[in-house]
Amino acid sequence: MRTVVIQPVFGEWRERARELLALRVPPEEVLWSEDGEDPGLFDILETASPLGDVPKVPAAFLDLARRVAAHRDARRWGVLYRVLWRLTFCGERHLLSLPTDRDVHQLQQWQKTINRDVHKMHAFARFRLVGKDEASNREQFVAWFEPEHRIVRLASSFFEKRFVGMDWSILTPYECAHWDGSKLHFSPGVPRSAAPDEDALDELWRTYFRSIFNPARLKVHAMQTEMPKKYWKNLPEAPLIADLISGSSERVKQMLRTEARPAKPAPKNAYLDYLRELNTPTQSPPEAPSQSA
Amino acid sequence: MDLTHKLEILADAAKYDASCASSGAAKKDSRGGKGVGSTGGAGICHSYAPDGRCISLLKVLLTNACLYDCHYCINRRSSNVQRARFTPDEVVQLTLDFYKRNFIEGLFLSSGIIRSADYTMELVIEVARKLREEHQFRGYIHLKTIPEASPALIEMAGRYADRISINIELPTQEGLTKLAPEKNLDRTQEAMGHIRGKIEERHTEKRKPNAPKPPPFATGQSTQMLVGADDSTDAVILQRADVLYSDYRLRRVYYSGFSPIPEPSSLLPIKPPPLVREHRLYQADWLLRFYGFRVDEIASADAPNLDLQLDPKLAWALRNRATFPADVNRASREILLRVPGLGVRNVERILSARRYTRLRLADLLLLRVSMKKVLPFIIAADHTPARLGLDSDTLRQRFLPPPLQTELNFDAPPVSGEIDSVRSGEL
Ligand code: SF4
Repeated sequence: MRTVVIQPVFGEWRERARELLALRVPPEEVLWSEDGEDPGLFDILETASPLGDVPKVPAAFLDLARRVAAHRDARRWGVLYRVLWRLTFCGERHLLSLPTDRDVHQLQQWQKTINRDVHKMHAFARFRLVGKDEASNREQFVAWFEPEHRIVRLASSFFEKRFVGMDWSILTPYECAHWDGSKLHFSPGVPRSAAPDEDALDELWRTYFRSIFNPARLKVHAMQTEMPKKYWKNLPEAPLIADLISGSSERVKQMLRTEARPAKPAPKNAYLDYLRELNTPTQSPPEAPSQSA
Repeated sequence: MDLTHKLEILADAAKYDASCASSGAAKKDSRGGKGVGSTGGAGICHSYAPDGRCISLLKVLLTNACLYDCHYCINRRSSNVQRARFTPDEVVQLTLDFYKRNFIEGLFLSSGIIRSADYTMELVIEVARKLREEHQFRGYIHLKTIPEASPALIEMAGRYADRISINIELPTQEGLTKLAPEKNLDRTQEAMGHIRGKIEERHTEKRKPNAPKPPPFATGQSTQMLVGADDSTDAVILQRADVLYSDYRLRRVYYSGFSPIPEPSSLLPIKPPPLVREHRLYQADWLLRFYGFRVDEIASADAPNLDLQLDPKLAWALRNRATFPADVNRASREILLRVPGLGVRNVERILSARRYTRLRLADLLLLRVSMKKVLPFIIAADHTPARLGLDSDTLRQRFLPPPLQTELNFDAPPVSGEIDSVRSGEL
């Protein structure tokens, strides 16, 4: 049994896994660990036999592995290596097409969690305007987000493509991403206090949120499955939710109590006359009224 | 009137439009430009209102003043609602400001009809033009169009927008004549046909080898039908939807259960339909589009309305018990798609897995298939349903939801927790 200590990033695992594969080390003999002093894998490996060839793996597996690597579950390195081993040395090239395989299923579950985390970051990271760069005249924005997994790099290219025309930083507790108009770079995590709390537009956004809500169709459960409470503390609109819910039934009662309005006669308007003629078929189609009507 | 107050009125006026989709646009992004924006892929819901609806776009009316008198609509000329009007620049600025804060995917702009169809369309188009040309905005734009607007204007709208839509409102002309006297079914469908032609024309242009890239055009159109405002049955509604999908290639038909509005009209039912009816229509719609069902299998002349207690696929299976049980290790894709409890994705997984293994119940459990639902209808390597079970009349009883109170108002029959899943398309 050998213990492999790695930095929890995909590139590290990929290197270690290649070395282990080259040495034909079966998964049962490897213990993956994220803690402790890195004893230097090569020290261990050098004592072993010379490296063999590393077989090719399906591209789909590398995509999957890159995403799964962002998960926080410590078991992922072991499962990834086992699936890699089975794909290459156990003749199970089709393994990824077998969603009922326990290992594949586990990887896909992790991948799903990661995809969701990335998706929620794209959805709920909120930029706040902090200033304007005098020289470049570019607006500068900062967002705060607390992802559950190590997804900042996975999630950043989306922001890079979308927000080219402004400078932005997305701060998280473990890693931050920054865009200056020409390239993306990353820096270590920061505490919440490093990000601004408010934006002048928040109030207008709350006005929109309040107004677009239809009190006659309350579906609180549907809202919460898609926007779980854990995200609320960083969403400027969330503080309104409780009041909107509690006030809704009174608003609906009010609507139902309101006396129905009779139809008003049509005003004199050339366009309405034109429509009326269109709606009652005659021999010759009417002329459209001129723009100045 | 200040901007906040306008936003209040003009967002409130827009909320009865169910569509907020920002998916299905052509892939584009802001690289190489000075502005912001990207589209393509599934679209993102940036927030959810307590009505469970996704907030993806800034959905507003340019003005809620309207010449028309559609009785289900709060903006009709007979309503006493307060009127407001944005200038095009105000909408442009709001869109950009919200977009840069990552509140939205883009703009869904609609308008009450003022002066004439063309006059109104021109104002709406002006907003989109400014966003695209003056601000290089590459986010999502959905423009509501008016069937009576001149074809040239509809084409211009399509050039700036990712999606354009015309609401069909009601499935029959009789319904329109009564409740939306200015609107006309044939003209609406004619305009949809015109848009379909344009979308397909661009598509063919794009595929021609060596031809220059054609100017952009919306990649899809959608519409909305009101449910419960007139007495159309579900069969009539679904038949209309089917025509719109097959003859006009609509991307989506939205069903919007008529909901009470402030300023109610004397021509309308006091009581709105149960929300679950709208939900069942969405499920039926999914069966038509992704599961290979025909309208007459779901709602027929004899039984023109959907069962509110059971989802339409289960209801169909109970009416067609002879089709079952289906062997998950052998049955065709078409048959598997008809098994209650198997969604499109799981059918694909089953087809993939069974090339290498014989599926057992534990495998299905791993795929999170609802055992309660599928067991009477399938055969697996370690399972054959009791014949008696499938034939017995108690089967329906078994699937009826427990009599519990839900948060649905207005005397809706209780529904199970699946109500949230419908927009993701799994049945
Ligand atoms: S045309 Fe009809 S539905 Fe549209 S805003 Fe006017 S009254 Fe409302």
